[in-house]
Amino acid sequence: MAQSLDHYVAEWKRVGRRGPESLVRMREDALHRFLSRGFPTTGEEEWRFTSVAPIAERAFALSPSPVTDATALDVAALRLPGAVAELVFVNGCYAPSLSRLVALPAGVRVANVAPTPSDRPIGLLDRPGNPFVALNTAFVDEVAYIELAAGAVVEQPIHFVFIAEEADGHATMAHPRVLITLGANTQASVIETYAGPAAARYFTNAVSEIALAENAVLNHYKLQYEGRDAYHIATTHVQAERSATYTSSSVNLGGALVRNDLIAVLNGEGVECTLNGLYCADAQRLVDNHTTIDHAQPHCGSREIYKGILADRARGVFNGRIIVRPDAQKTDAKQTNRALLLSEDAQINTTPQLEIFANDVKCTHGAAVGQLDEDALFYLRSRGLSETDARHLLVHAFAADVLNHMPLETIRASVEHRLQRELIGALASAA
Amino acid sequence: MLTVTNLHAGVGGREILRGVDLAIQPGEVHAIMGPNGSGKSTLARVLAGHPEYHVTQGEVLFDGQDLLAMDPESRARAGVFMAFQYPVEIPGVNNAYFLKAALNALRAHRGEEALDAMEFTSLVHDRMTALGIDEDLLRRPVNEGFSGGEKKRNEIFQMAVLEPRLAILDETDSGLDIDALKTVAHGVNAMRRPERAFLLVTHYQRLLNYIVPDAVHVLADGRIIRSGGKELAFELEEKGYGWLEPAFAEATAGPADSDRRDVGRLGS
Repeated sequence: MAQSLDHYVAEWKRVGRRGPESLVRMREDALHRFLSRGFPTTGEEEWRFTSVAPIAERAFALSPSPVTDATALDVAALRLPGAVAELVFVNGCYAPSLSRLVALPAGVRVANVAPTPSDRPIGLLDRPGNPFVALNTAFVDEVAYIELAAGAVVEQPIHFVFIAEEADGHATMAHPRVLITLGANTQASVIETYAGPAAARYFTNAVSEIALAENAVLNHYKLQYEGRDAYHIATTHVQAERSATYTSSSVNLGGALVRNDLIAVLNGEGVECTLNGLYCADAQRLVDNHTTIDHAQPHCGSREIYKGILADRARGVFNGRIIVRPDAQKTDAKQTNRALLLSEDAQINTTPQLEIFANDVKCTHGAAVGQLDEDALFYLRSRGLSETDARHLLVHAFAADVLNHMPLETIRASVEHRLQRELIGALASAA
Repeated sequence: MLTVTNLHAGVGGREILRGVDLAIQPGEVHAIMGPNGSGKSTLARVLAGHPEYHVTQGEVLFDGQDLLAMDPESRARAGVFMAFQYPVEIPGVNNAYFLKAALNALRAHRGEEALDAMEFTSLVHDRMTALGIDEDLLRRPVNEGFSGGEKKRNEIFQMAVLEPRLAILDETDSGLDIDALKTVAHGVNAMRRPERAFLLVTHYQRLLNYIVPDAVHVLADGRIIRSGGKELAFELEEKGYGWLEPAFAEATAGPADSDRRDVGRLGS
């Protein structure tokens, strides 16, 4: 892939030297890692089915646009009723006027903070493998931050909104960064929502780092509702200590080119990890979900279910890697991944990747790809439902078990609502 | 109400029905009997509009309308209902939600207002009790994990809620124990009305002990080879299908002659 990274250097020179020396050095190191690595190509195993050429070929610019009434309106549609804190970032910049912070329980901190390489685990993910994480770090300026001191429990959800706005015609990029650290015996629900204008070529490159101490419980949602022409790359890295519980619900309904890397390291005994995934794409959009569950310690359980609905010429990629380290005896891992293809041209590439180095473990995986069940379709129609309604009902039913696993009712309802809207388009083009 | 004329139909390029004639008037109960492979279920599925079956020749009129030109949902809205031989399991679709959506689709077609959840619940309650259906069944996904008997009772329950004008029961009695059979029969009998007709497709005479038909037709090799009153069913029970062997041989041998065209018509 012929690619010029020069303009990233130019952008970096414009903004990268802000802040204290240590931060500048961290960014500079990351920039160098990115430049020497370059964008991945389809010649690499991890990126075999996903070409990021559309991103590499465009000169995206950082564009902190002013918050307008229109922005406020867009954000209003994304707000989560009942959230105890809602931090809004517009084109990567914190927007205090749109953010809400109600009085938080003792021991709970939710804030937009400056990255400080010395005392917080920023940079945890900067391994040579992932150039997008390095790129994010090279431009990191603000961090959406949650910290729960040991024993703190926050019952209402905490919501981070990352919204893209059009900036006088040029292609914008943003590098959102989330850091969540839950102390021992804590509990929280955190939602990350990503959204943007319907017809703009912008680039979101998000990185979330999550550290769960002993017995911490986190319900984590990532709701990706980007515009249909957007590029969305996201890396989420979770490290869970003894007896922690991590539940992820990853919903992808937007974006032209989407890649999610979700890595969960179960780093103590008795960790319970649940990954729910749901995605829907039509036209020529691509959604790629790469997950890794790293069973590093014994007696951990993981449950993973990813479901995709693909119409037109849309493509899905699922790569589910489960590592069971030599010490991780009594691991119980179950992975399921299903795709519903609504057209002949829709396509899914699915790869389970089990790497098991312990002998007393239970690991199962299953993948299924199918079309709508014609018998079921006829059954519904024979009772008077229109073909469109019958298809709708069956597609919705396909998604139902993932939706039903989402712990928060309000989110489940809003995801269902948006999914319905997407399906109307997808099913109309499939008919 | 229903007039089937010289119906030829098949599935996957194979002709199964080879000239069926049948006429059903409002208020009548007709039974179609016949050995395995005779085309009984094909007839039911063709009438309901199963997309895998194709009609090569003939005509079906329902209230004077060309039934074969209608898609399955239009047939349902016009008042045709088929109880499936093998009801389809639909994971993820709630039984009550499905039935309410179906009922409201029919009501919309008739220009009636949609029922809300409360109205729907009170409507279905009596019918569930009458059919011995547990409330829990409504909350479960359509047919998923239902026993054979539960599936068949669910079909009859749907029929009771949707109130069709022509109900086709495709081997609803197969595989039922005697109690379930009585429940199904009771469900049908309770719905008999001067304006409603039934077509019972059955392999066994047993069902007809509980639902007394106005006419019995014997289907063999894709044609109706004998029609008569309820006594025909008893005769079949006693003598077996072998009793009709000469007619079988004839049906199998050659093309239908002009006489037989009227055989299936009651009162001709």
